[in-house]
This record gives sequence, structure tokens and C-alpha cells, in this order.
Amino acid sequence: MSAPRLSVSNLEVSTDTGIHLVDGLSFELRAGEILGLVGESGSGKTMACRALMRLLPGARLAITGGAVRLDGRDLVRLPEREMCAVRGREIGMIFQNPASHIDPIMRIGNQIAEAIRLHEGASRREARRAAVEALRRVGIPDPESRSRSHAHEFSGGMRQRAMIALALACRPSVLIADEPTTALDVTVQAQVLRLLMHLRDTEGVSILLVTHDLGVVAQTCDSVAVMYAGRLCEKASTRALLEKPLHHYAAGLIRCQPLSEGVGPLDTIAGQPPALDALPPGCRFEPRCPGASALCHEHLPELHDHRAGRGVACHHPLDGSAVERPS
Amino acid sequence: MKVSGSSEALAGLGAAVPRMRSPLLRRFSAQSTLVFGAMLFTAFVAIALAAPLIAPYDPIYQDLDARLAPPGLAHPFGTDNFGRDILSRVIWATRIDLQIALIGVAFPFVIGTLVGTVAGYAGGWVDAVLMRLIDVVLAFPYLVLMLALIAILGPGLTSFYIAMALVGWVSYARLVRARILVLKNADFAIAAQSLGYGHTRIMFRHLLPNALAGSVVFAMSDAVLVLLAGASISYLGLGVQPPASEWGLMVAEGQSFITSAWWLTTFPGLAIVVLSFAFSLFADGLGERLGVRT
Repeated sequence: MSAPRLSVSNLEVSTDTGIHLVDGLSFELRAGEILGLVGESGSGKTMACRALMRLLPGARLAITGGAVRLDGRDLVRLPEREMCAVRGREIGMIFQNPASHIDPIMRIGNQIAEAIRLHEGASRREARRAAVEALRRVGIPDPESRSRSHAHEFSGGMRQRAMIALALACRPSVLIADEPTTALDVTVQAQVLRLLMHLRDTEGVSILLVTHDLGVVAQTCDSVAVMYAGRLCEKASTRALLEKPLHHYAAGLIRCQPLSEGVGPLDTIAGQPPALDALPPGCRFEPRCPGASALCHEHLPELHDHRAGRGVACHHPLDGSAVERPS
Repeated sequence: MKVSGSSEALAGLGAAVPRMRSPLLRRFSAQSTLVFGAMLFTAFVAIALAAPLIAPYDPIYQDLDARLAPPGLAHPFGTDNFGRDILSRVIWATRIDLQIALIGVAFPFVIGTLVGTVAGYAGGWVDAVLMRLIDVVLAFPYLVLMLALIAILGPGLTSFYIAMALVGWVSYARLVRARILVLKNADFAIAAQSLGYGHTRIMFRHLLPNALAGSVVFAMSDAVLVLLAGASISYLGLGVQPPASEWGLMVAEGQSFITSAWWLTTFPGLAIVVLSFAFSLFADGLGERLGVRT
């Protein structure tokens, strides 16, 4: 495997009252890889994405620790001016609801052209041509005339394509996709996911795909990181995680997926995720974990490398291997 | 019981029919309001542009033999106490009054929009300072503050425009600020940030165009108030100076003859009313069209 393109280590996002929304997040995104970031609502996935872009909502949130390395530079410590040049140009971002994330009164083509003119200093005409090309790349039919449309004239799937075109207009090497298919129906969702995979295969774009849908992960991702209450519990290749999860939470999530041959009631994980201002003292999943012990109640497990490229933050991983004892 | 129940239901259905038609009607009426307002306004612009061609007399030519002539064939709107043709004066005054309405709106609009955008987007102490400044301006009665400013600057239209700009911007600033406050947290503003856009670009290229609809509509209805303010200022002798003609000034000049020669004040007064009406209709229609509630 190649060197990581984006490497996040011990990223920490906190409120001014000292609540950690993202706690010690570490992962690596390789060139041409799709990494799924999975977790339920409120687990800090979106916060983590925003932190990577240094676009945390509100002045009360801040990155309080860790590093985000892109091609060797630490984005956390980059001056705001240089960060602006990174956004859109080296890291692109797409969002859950394309309808509201596109400027409603500017023509799609002009929006794409604006990004190209800003980042690449292209002339008006070059930028226009590049904008049409960007729309063609994401499979919008008749991009020439479609570039003169407004967002409301597009269907949901087309809008998501347009947003991908906008985010990828300046050909960033990393794309952060924050639940890009959640607002779409399944057929359109499949098209968008196919588009993302196509962009990875043809252009080598690395994609961080945030989702809560393990089905999406199974279809598209090369590897997966599972988040729970702001912390990573397990990261592994998609195949390894889906076939043999090591963390009880990951295993629980997989059991919650409906299977086509499945009959009977759907499995659930009992209980609720903890409130972030009242975390349990030990492992955050301990109150809901079927395999919890006294150790789990007292000590927060660190994420440690389990086997080749695989990490799990659990005292009692499901394969019964190394039970880590804090000294 | 059952029968009466169903007849009630039928009656309810009958009542519902005109209600179902009403959105269409409203749409039609909004459209016609807009069109009619625009037509009236265009007519005034045409009159102003063609003033030298359509005015039957020189507006300041004094025909002392025909003083205070009532409306008739030679002078359709009559003449004033100097024997000047009222129709010609009303036509020529259209130029000045349109100018008052447009310039008197344009400066406050531009200043207010800029201030409101910056205040709303920056927030914090910038916002607080600008908002308190607005409170100070609003604390004075509008016309009194204008009169005070014009008194300092000296009478004349230039002073009027300056005073209007200094007093009128506050409404636009508050309107735009309120919209920007909402829009700056909109999803597309975050998306714009994720594309690496700076604050200035986001403010003026993405947020401001989305915030403008309300102020444009307000500007049209504000034009009515500005027109009336201009007329009032001239009426008080601080705006347009004689012998130039301006509707408010003409009303002022004619008021001592109001019992003996009603046409001196009535026709310029009507002109004010009709132009205001045109602006109001245009504003209403535009608001309906742009989906702005005023």
C-alpha cells in the first residue's frame, strides 16, 4: 500500500465547556481509497469532518489537540489564509442535503466556474469550459445547457452530482463526503455511490465516506472506521470488519442490518448512546456492551493495533485474543 | 341524521370551491398589480423624458394677462398667480420628482445594504456598534432629523439627497442584516466555505444576492415616502428652489389660493398621489412575485 495521503492522529474537538465531541480520532486515508466512517447520529462523524476542514460550526467549538496531515503539512496549524487555499483545491467536501448546500440563485455552471477561477486563476472563458467539463465528469447529461440551470431545476440525484462536480472542480485529491446519499432514494443512491467509486478508480481520488449505513459501506468502502460517542472503536478493511468484527459495538451494528434471507425481528443494541457531558468512566460502550467486565467499567480502552492494519479499542475483543491489561 | 350530514358535507364542498380558486386569482392579481404599476411608472418616465415635446408652454414663462386662469382649452390645468401654465409645470416637475424618488432611494439603499451585510455577517462588537448607531438615528423623528440636517447643509436638492442618505439607510441596514443573520448559517454558506472562499466573497457574492429581494421590494415602497419627503421639504422651502417647478413646491405656492383657485394645488397634488400609487402597486406586485412579505 502507498503512503497515506491524509493522516489524522489523535484529533480532538471540544466545546469551551470542556466536552470532547471528538476524542483521539486517528485514521489514515490512502491514495485511491474509500474509507467509511461509520457511527450513529451524534457519534461525532460530522464534527470530525468539519474539523478536518477547520470549519467547525460556532465559535464555541475548537480543535484542542491532534494533527491532520495532508502531504506532510499539519492542517491544524496552518494559517487561515493557507487553509483557504487547501479547501476546495486539495480537499473537497460534499454534504448530505444537496438542495440546501448549493447557492439557490446562482447558475450551477457559474458556481463551478467561480471555484475554478479562484483557485486556478483561470480566465472567464476557460473556467466556463472547465465547469461544463466538470459537469460532464459526474455524468450530467447535456452539461452545456445544464450549466445554465439553477439548483431548483435539478432532481435530487442531479443536485448531488452537481455538488460533487462543484467539490471536485479544482481536482482535489481528497473528498470528504458527509452522508452524501442519505437524502436520496435507493436507486439514485446507488448511482451516486457508483460515481464516487468511478472517480476513485479513474482519477485516484481518496474519499472519506461518512455514513450510518453499513450497506453503503459494504458496497463501496475499502476500509472502515467505526465511531462511538466521539471515539474510534474499530478500524479494519471492510471485508474483515463485516465478516469478523472485533469490537462488540461493531458486531452489534452488523447484527442490526436487515438481511435479505433474514426472518424474525431485527436485532437492536439495547440502551442509548451516552450523553457527551455524562460519559461513563471506563469504556464508553460498557453500559450497553454484552461482554463488559469490571475492567471495562474502570479503564477506557485505547485503540491499539490488533493485526495487519487493524485496530480495536476493546479490552475483550471478540476473537478472544490479547486481553490488554493496563499496568 | 346521515342525510343531513352528507348535505353539510356537500355545502362544505361548495364553500371550498371558490377557496380553491383563490390562489390562482391572487396570482393573477399580483401579476396585474405588477404590470399596472410598471406601466404607470413607465408613463411617468416617458413624460419626464418627453417633457420639452409634450409641455404646451415654457414652464417659467409668465403670461401676466392670463393670471389664475381656470382650467380651459388654452390651459387644460389652468394657470397660476404669475400666469404660468400649470400643465407644463406639472410635466416638467416630473423630471425633478422622479429624480428625487430614485436618487433619494438609491443612496440609502446602497449604504444600508452594505452596513447591514457587514453587521450581520461580522456579528460581535461590529454588529453591536452599528446597531446602536441605527438606534440613535431612529430615536429622532425622521422628518425632524432631515430638516435639521438640511438646515445645517443649506437648502437645495443636494442637501436633501445627503440628508436622505444619512437618515434613510437605517431601514435597509436592519432589513438586510436580519436576512444575512439567517443566511450566514445556511448550508450553502458552509458549502462556500468548504470551497475555500474568503469572507468577502461569501458575503457579497453568495449571501447578499440571496438577501436582496426584501430590500428591493422595500425600496419601491420607500420611494413613495421619499417622494413625499421631497415634496414636504420643498413645501417648507428647503428643497427645490423657485422658479423651478416641483410638485410639493407647487402645492406650497398655491396654498394661499386654495379657496379661490383650486387648480393650483390640486393638479400637482394629484401627480404626487398617482406616482406614489404607481410605486406602491409596483412594490406590492414585486413582493408577491419574489415571495416577500412586507
